Amino acid sequence: MTTPTTVFVGQVNKAGLTKNEYRGQPSTLCPGCGHNSIANQIIAACYELDIVPENVMKFSGIGCSSKSPTYFLNRSFGFNGLHGRMASLATGAIFANTSVKAIGISGDGDTASIGMGGFKHTVRRNVPIVYIVENNGVYGLTKGQFSATAEVGLNLKHQGTNPYMPVDICMEALASNATFVARSFAGDSKQVKELIKAAISHHGIAILDIISPCVTFNNEDNAFHSYTWSKDHEAPLHEISYVPKLSEIILQEEFEEGTVREVTMHDGSSVKLKKLEHDYDPTSRWRALQMLEEAQRNDWLVTGLIYIETGRPALTDMYNLVDTPLNRLSESEMRPARQTLDKINTLMF
Amino acid sequence: MAVKKFTNDFSITIATVNGSGSQTANVTLLRALFKMGIPVSGKNLFPSNIQGLPTWYTIRLSKDGYIARRDEQEIVVAMNPASFAKDLASVSPGGVLFYSDDIKFTLDRSDIITYPMPAKQLARTSDVSPNLRDYIANMVYVGVLVQMLGISMEAIQQALNFHFKGKEGPINSNLGVIRAGAEWAAQNLKKNDPYYVKRHDRTNGMIMADGNTAGALGAIYGGVQFAAWYPITPATSLAESLNVYLPQLRKTPEGKQTYAVLQAEDEIAAIGMAVGAGWAGLRAMTSTSGPGISLMSEYTGLALFTEVPVVVWDVQRIGPSTGLPTRTAQGDLTAIYYLGHGDKQHVILLPGSVNECFEFGWKAFDLAERLQSPVFVLSDLDLGMNQWMTKPFEYPDVPMDRGKVLWEKDLEQLNGIWARYKDVDGDGIPFRTVTGNKHHAAAYFTRGSGHDENAHLSEDALNWEANMARLKRKYTTAQALVPKPIEEKTPGAKIGLITYGSSESAVQEARTLLKQTGDLKTNFLRMRALPITQEVSNFIKKHERIYIIEANRDGQMRQILSATMPDQAPKLRSAAHSDGLPLTARWVKNTILAQEKKV
Repeated sequence: MTTPTTVFVGQVNKAGLTKNEYRGQPSTLCPGCGHNSIANQIIAACYELDIVPENVMKFSGIGCSSKSPTYFLNRSFGFNGLHGRMASLATGAIFANTSVKAIGISGDGDTASIGMGGFKHTVRRNVPIVYIVENNGVYGLTKGQFSATAEVGLNLKHQGTNPYMPVDICMEALASNATFVARSFAGDSKQVKELIKAAISHHGIAILDIISPCVTFNNEDNAFHSYTWSKDHEAPLHEISYVPKLSEIILQEEFEEGTVREVTMHDGSSVKLKKLEHDYDPTSRWRALQMLEEAQRNDWLVTGLIYIETGRPALTDMYNLVDTPLNRLSESEMRPARQTLDKINTLMF
Repeated sequence: MAVKKFTNDFSITIATVNGSGSQTANVTLLRALFKMGIPVSGKNLFPSNIQGLPTWYTIRLSKDGYIARRDEQEIVVAMNPASFAKDLASVSPGGVLFYSDDIKFTLDRSDIITYPMPAKQLARTSDVSPNLRDYIANMVYVGVLVQMLGISMEAIQQALNFHFKGKEGPINSNLGVIRAGAEWAAQNLKKNDPYYVKRHDRTNGMIMADGNTAGALGAIYGGVQFAAWYPITPATSLAESLNVYLPQLRKTPEGKQTYAVLQAEDEIAAIGMAVGAGWAGLRAMTSTSGPGISLMSEYTGLALFTEVPVVVWDVQRIGPSTGLPTRTAQGDLTAIYYLGHGDKQHVILLPGSVNECFEFGWKAFDLAERLQSPVFVLSDLDLGMNQWMTKPFEYPDVPMDRGKVLWEKDLEQLNGIWARYKDVDGDGIPFRTVTGNKHHAAAYFTRGSGHDENAHLSEDALNWEANMARLKRKYTTAQALVPKPIEEKTPGAKIGLITYGSSESAVQEARTLLKQTGDLKTNFLRMRALPITQEVSNFIKKHERIYIIEANRDGQMRQILSATMPDQAPKLRSAAHSDGLPLTARWVKNTILAQEKKV
């Protein structure tokens, strides 16, 4: 287990930046909104990973969650796109310069309702993006309608009782062959931060379903996405902490209950998983699906790294792209030579 | 009685069954005639069906070089029993019917000449495997036509050689059946019709291609770097042509790609990806047809507002949903002009020929990046999927215009002081940066919400209005940048004809007919883009009456012209027609003459 880093304002990381330089605009979300603490953990994670903000780009759809990219990484490019269509925007943008890391912020309405089709196709393509769903089971920006992740039987003012089964975002991600699936709870900043760090280091799609309670429209004590319910029902799979590759890595050959298992990320960095009471192997998709099914039956909110697969190529690896970022290619690299057109004309009849 | 001979000036319609392989036979005929130097056009009238329904292919030979569709068909080749009655009735008086002799019928017309063809019997004697016999039976009519019309066997060989890419096996077996058909006709049929073909010199220096291939090649020479698309007739072959030609033309010597093509899950994702790529500094495009355009409405509206370059090809078909997906129209014009919600007009390019599909293929990127805006290219099924004779593709005559992009060195010179949406040059076009720019002041936040010059969120009324006024200024700037119209003048003409896109061929032919039969002189203007340029408004102002000729029901270009130039609207007349088929010169002539009588 690593010692938590204490950060003082003004302290400079290996990128030569203070934490301040990772901040965004002041939040306009409701005070106490879980989304704000997620934004703060993104700031902390990027700072601690010594990421240069110019090497990140942020995407979002529409909704309260999608406003939050403004609240972190001011020095990163950002695009607040259309409702449910954040993933396609990012998919196109990643081809311009594959060294720029994409972080996408979506919500449960954005991902599990209007954007469900795009979400699943983005997952199956293994688009290299940290895809965070700030999941509160409710439409906040339109002031309190059910989302697709709202649990059956939930009561909302003006809406009545939700009669439908909820969408489990992690289950959907796994069903579409995601290579990284994790769930956390916005109130557990340490776990959120470590999972974000792991997600950033993952090469491929990293789905992070973060239960982020809506303080205004969905916070009945008995509601699935509320603070009180979550705190009582949280069942952490394991403690997780991120070890930067420049630090010493503690290797554990054996993986037994109560010990630490290390998962090597694509970029050589690694994640340490501390198993608690469950003998949980996050590299088994079969086990992950089974665990989610059990969790659903038992009404558990299981947090932690649910699944990780490190060998599969990310979308951009499937194209044998030139080394120069495509958006820096010169005209001579983009326009075929004149004599090739003479040949093309002879190829026509 | 001396019978008038018709040489190189008639139409042949071939009626077959969809999916029977008749396309190879038809295109072979078209190409052979083209190689003989005869101006030709080929139009495939096919059903929305994979196999089994009737399909027709019309080849027009025109010694004078007219390539529009005609209503008349002097020669009909009937291979399909299911459509036979209709096909028999469709032969022009004095025309010729070739028919497969397994079709039983009673001839109820005395004004045409008929020739039987033992298509199935001759195919059986061919050495091809039994499962290919139905397919190769189509070559029998090629052989019979070769003999009866005088088509050069050498030209047929050239066409087959091209089609089968020099593979001797299929070339020889097809040629064998064609020869058998020709020999049978020589021995068994006595020519008593007046239709002949003869070598000519009117196709020298021309090539044959379809607009979708040309558009894709144009995009490749325009440096396309990212294309996302979703299959839809009649646009699919444009994206498929990217897949064919990009690997040949745009890989480095080490075999690395300078491009990426992605088949998306739907049109909403396809445009989203293209907008993302355009935003990040790539030359990005998508290609679709009407229903896809509807789905792309929200993202293209956002791209216009957030000022993201992206190129969208619309190969138009007719109708919503399925409509008539294999028929043509120019019906998406107003929908695209105003696509998206709120105040706006889009930049639209209107290619009128295959060659121009190539030209606008690359120009669209220059315009999109210069204007930081979506640019639509409106082709249609007729232009996109049919083979046309055209001038060879011409290499871009200007260097790429990458627009106002600031990189690290530019920002250093500016000491990092710049504003994403500030109109520095007074042309409405601001400066932009793209991802991967390492300067600490490079990044900005792109949003559909209200924003100020610095791209910061703003709900301020004045900011909103100022931004919208600047976008309008930018659209005015576009007027001077888009391709100018093509004009042709006739001394003494008081009437102007305006058309665009693939309707030009019918209009040009109609001008001749109007002069010959109605003694009506006309000036001509083909629009090649929206916004409306100065040349177009001048043309309208100079004429007493203007006819706007287009292949849609509502006269959509007339609507746009009327709305933009309300003082000129009373003299703008519509000649608009939409039934799924390309316009004919006869229809254009008759429609204009009918309205002229009311003058």
